[in-house]
Amino acid sequence: MKRFLPFLIIVAVLAVALFAAWIFLRSSQQAGDSRNTATPTGSEPAGAQPPHVRGNPSAPVTLEEFGDFQCPTCGVYYGELKTIEGEFGERLRVIFREYPLVPTHQHGLEAAQVAEAAGLQGRFWEMHDKLYENQKAWSDVKDVMPMFIDYAKQIGIETDRFGRDLSGEAVAARIFQDGKRAHALGVNATPTFFVNGKELKADSFSPDGLRDLIRKALSGAAGQ
Amino acid sequence: MSVNIPAAETPRKIVWSYLLAALLSLIGLADAIYLTVEHLTGATLRCTIISGCSEVLSSPYARVGSVPLAAIGAAAYFVVFSLAILAAFGYQLARPLLAIVVSLMFLTTLWLLYLQAFVIHHFCQYCLLSAAVTTALMTILLLSGLRKQNV
Repeated sequence: MKRFLPFLIIVAVLAVALFAAWIFLRSSQQAGDSRNTATPTGSEPAGAQPPHVRGNPSAPVTLEEFGDFQCPTCGVYYGELKTIEGEFGERLRVIFREYPLVPTHQHGLEAAQVAEAAGLQGRFWEMHDKLYENQKAWSDVKDVMPMFIDYAKQIGIETDRFGRDLSGEAVAARIFQDGKRAHALGVNATPTFFVNGKELKADSFSPDGLRDLIRKALSGAAGQ
Repeated sequence: MSVNIPAAETPRKIVWSYLLAALLSLIGLADAIYLTVEHLTGATLRCTIISGCSEVLSSPYARVGSVPLAAIGAAAYFVVFSLAILAAFGYQLARPLLAIVVSLMFLTTLWLLYLQAFVIHHFCQYCLLSAAVTTALMTILLLSGLRKQNV
């Protein structure tokens, strides 16, 4: 019996480990489901108007992103989204909504204000791209505003007005309106994606999962 | 060729050191399973208000191809557990294999610590726990090896 004891222990630990992993996986998925966001019904707040839209305005598929410029995963998906937008071309339009995670990200709110202030001069997407492309450079800087003003200059923004808009009501109202929509939809993480109103769930959260959701939306739109 | 030696012929302290290594590897196994499940469910991939972000676990270094690094870690800890149990029960062949596996894990740990400190610029607490377990395993094996030489 003693000869087989170590093997029995090993098999028993393997069985317990696999069982524990399975239980934990199930409970994590159930917790994820219970955290799921609501499906937009049209009755929730519309968010800031007009929204920031990139791509064909009359595309059959709309991808709505709730993002934070200091969120590293949003930074990764910034590049992925550019590729995906290229793949789907005129069939896809992208809406960006502000969801700065305060206090998780020390500069998240400032970055959202900078992007919205740039938007008031018609340069939202230029600043959006600038912030994500340089995310690592500014994320850990203590006083980030000089860098943001430098980005504004680089994309041709009139900086005096930009400085006033940063603390103005229009910028604050846009972030607040996007936040109200996020809250109504139960958004609690960034990035969160909705494709024609359907959320990209945690268990399929990947660039390919996003592509699948877009393809399903496209086939659904074609079937209507 | 017989490779097993009765436990009674093995110095008692060395047997206990392998049992300790087996117990430690269970901590590493639990840690790695937790991280693997978190990775598979996408829980570690996004930022939230409550738990912040996992810069380490959402980085490209957290995967080898499409396989989560944590899953490879879980497999490694299970191998360490198995070899440590066999070594504790007197299977001589398990001992050099255990030393090789733990050494490889320790080198990987050093590489991952370097990545966290100098490339990602963030530390993951579960990865640090795993690093502590691997370092402890390495220390136990080194000490037991030294004692064996002195016997």
